[in-house]
Amino acid sequence: MLRLELHGVSKQYPLVRANDRVNLRVKPGEIHAVLGENGAGKSTLMKIIYGAVQSDEGRIEFNGLPVSVASPAQARALGISMVYQHFSLFDTLTAAQNVWLGLDKALSLPAVTRRITEVAHSYGLDVDPLRPVHSLSVGERQRVEIVRALLTEPQLLILDEPTSVLTPQAVDKLFATLRLLSQRGCSILYISHKLDEIRALCHHCTVLRGGKVTGEVDPRQESNASLSRLMIGAEPPPLQHRASNAGAVALRVHGLTLARLHPFGTALQDIAFDVRGGEILGVAGVSGNGQQELMAALSGEDRRAPAGSITLFGRDIAAQSPRQRRTQGLHFVPEERLGRGAVPNLSLAQNTLLTRSEAVSRSGWVDTAAVRRLAEHLINRFQVKAGGAAAAAKSLSGGNLQKFIVGREIDARPRLLIVSQPTWGVDVGAAALIRGELLALRDAGCALLVVSEELDELFEISDRLIVIAQGRVSPPVATAQATVAQIGVWMSGLWAPAPPTLQPQDEHAEA
Amino acid sequence: MLKLEARPQPSRLMSLASPLLALALTVLIGVVLFMLLGKDPLRGLQMFFVEPVKSLYALSELSIKATPLILIALGLAVCFRANVWNIGAEGQFVVGALAAGWVAMQAGPDTAWMGRGIVVPILLAGVLGGMAWAGLVALLRDRFNASEILVSLMLVYVAVLLLSYLVYGPWKDPAGYNFPQSISFLPVTKVPRLVDGLRAHIGVLIALALVAVFWAFLFRTYRGFALQVGGLAPQAARYAGFSSRAALWTALLVSGGMAGLAGGLEAAGPLGQLTPYVPAGYGFAAIIVAYVGRLHPVGIVFSGILMSMFYIGGELAQSRMGLPKSLTGVFQGLLLFTLLACDTLIHFRLRWQHARVPVRVVGH
Repeated sequence: MLRLELHGVSKQYPLVRANDRVNLRVKPGEIHAVLGENGAGKSTLMKIIYGAVQSDEGRIEFNGLPVSVASPAQARALGISMVYQHFSLFDTLTAAQNVWLGLDKALSLPAVTRRITEVAHSYGLDVDPLRPVHSLSVGERQRVEIVRALLTEPQLLILDEPTSVLTPQAVDKLFATLRLLSQRGCSILYISHKLDEIRALCHHCTVLRGGKVTGEVDPRQESNASLSRLMIGAEPPPLQHRASNAGAVALRVHGLTLARLHPFGTALQDIAFDVRGGEILGVAGVSGNGQQELMAALSGEDRRAPAGSITLFGRDIAAQSPRQRRTQGLHFVPEERLGRGAVPNLSLAQNTLLTRSEAVSRSGWVDTAAVRRLAEHLINRFQVKAGGAAAAAKSLSGGNLQKFIVGREIDARPRLLIVSQPTWGVDVGAAALIRGELLALRDAGCALLVVSEELDELFEISDRLIVIAQGRVSPPVATAQATVAQIGVWMSGLWAPAPPTLQPQDEHAEA
Repeated sequence: MLKLEARPQPSRLMSLASPLLALALTVLIGVVLFMLLGKDPLRGLQMFFVEPVKSLYALSELSIKATPLILIALGLAVCFRANVWNIGAEGQFVVGALAAGWVAMQAGPDTAWMGRGIVVPILLAGVLGGMAWAGLVALLRDRFNASEILVSLMLVYVAVLLLSYLVYGPWKDPAGYNFPQSISFLPVTKVPRLVDGLRAHIGVLIALALVAVFWAFLFRTYRGFALQVGGLAPQAARYAGFSSRAALWTALLVSGGMAGLAGGLEAAGPLGQLTPYVPAGYGFAAIIVAYVGRLHPVGIVFSGILMSMFYIGGELAQSRMGLPKSLTGVFQGLLLFTLLACDTLIHFRLRWQHARVPVRVVGH
């Protein structure tokens, strides 16, 4: 008997057919990958299974019985849990309160808090249940979501891009957790675009393209190239990474020390590094070790940096606003796309105005036709799948919105581009496009600072690497001379010479 | 079985149709209300929807009510779009009237050289008075992070008490038989009327011109855009480098100035003197006007007219049908509630669906 079986499930949205007669068969205890590009219909299919979206036609069987899942609550009652790619947590509540809210059973909050600690520990997921969610980094929020799903002891667990913000060691831990779950009979639907992971973890793989199933394979028998072909119809072109010709120093950070802004933040301590024109400096590290704080200080969103600690082309910009920095060529792509990098309810055209002012006259008038043309230009140049320049930012898939935002900043011809998580939750094709564009920008002489929690990515595009841990940065190392193992050790804050004694606030920054 | 289903994109059509649907529902409930009260519903509706637009005179009276509502609502629309919750426009209206009234009372032989031009400083004083009152709110919010909702609301009562103090005390007309009222302003200080014999004044033209100005500000200027981003997504505004303090001050000063202008027009227009009855509830009604008008300058014109019809209809229903005047408030409230209900349809659609059986088998 199959744990889950889908027959001819279809879902039509006004503009696109998200799922077209999809069949899916998941055995008990099977880790089943669902592979596909952005907009291939993976997320819609998962939402149908989880009851968040209703299919137009087709039928679903769970443990051999036909079911109609009308709501996520019903799905949980059946034993289906889901961890979304976009988290659904309330910022002002603690992790435990959030988990508590999502539970159907009447457990007391202290009991839930204890359960979280137990489950988190048994699956190797570090979660402090008492921290408010707004103080958690993306990676930490994801752990809360995973623990929340595990608390209901599901028979089928759906994971949407779960590893995108984990360190290699944490990914290994997660995989151990998932294998353990699978051995205990829990089936797992694993949505991902990371071919290596799918091949290492999954027993079976269903590939979607344009809403249709284009293949069903055993990923352990496949190569990355063959999976890629099924997914996008071609292999992604290999990146052309030439040696860099590093030029003059673009950004110099020196003696940047910042107190914590809120109790669970990370204090920055004596941060120092340079970024040169024509090079990509990668910043590795586990989320929650000061990346957010460093980015806010560099972008100008946090203007408490001591005078002289941040210089752009020799000029002190520590006290300047993001707009002033932008006029001097500093552009920034934040890790949160919706709500920070873009206003969810505004159109793509209007969202260009956040950082681009070509269409704004000296006296402050906006030329709406020029704004629309700029958005259309970005959509074409970066192959953004969207319903035109008038489409609301929130109507785009995560990957397409990322292409749009990164594109918006690249297209501005920055002299220094700071990018946080350039390809988070983005599929292979789009990630290759974005990385290619970043490299092209570097070759054009722009200085780039890329913060990523994906080590592979940093090794692929960076010329030099620094590691951020517990609010400090390591000395730089040329990527060619670095090894994954060494960077992994540095990510725990251990680089020679030994750092000074740990401050009390470091207790929340995890390794 | 009817079922609500989330729309993938908010419906543009519904966001325009929703106020009309809300109006239809309000009328429907109004009919039931009249019938329950034992009155002829047709005659009742006539009071609200026909009489106020029946003649030139009626239209002129309508404009007297609609002008302050539209002016205040325009300012509030900017405020609400910037996520600044100024609900104290009534107080800013009163202080605007006080400031304008003070200037009007200075008129005399010394100011004769200005002629009718004295109306300009009178209205400017109104604007500045409203701005100052709203500026207090901005200051307290900016400096001490005080809730602008509470502060602006409570300042309404302070403004009303200030008005009472002045008309019962220092500003009381010595020849006024001890009535709590100021002297009647000189005719030269009166806001010019559009047509002789009708009370409609040039405030209507000012309001219509400002509708265009506000539309341009909100949808065609960078400042207006920045202000709205601050309201929609504060983090995005910080990322873009739009100052939230600038947005706070702009929003409050603009809305305070508009309410003050409305107060000045009222004092130097239909009222012609200051009395304890200056606050007529326009500042609160304008909140409904702003929302029914979708926080859009053009929509506000229509909703402002509609609300004025309710005002006049309520008065007519009282005098001609013997119904309580509070019917005005009932209609205003009904409109707001039905609008909020109908707004659901912007993000959701109704779908007819056969009752679901637990086991559903659909062929393909």
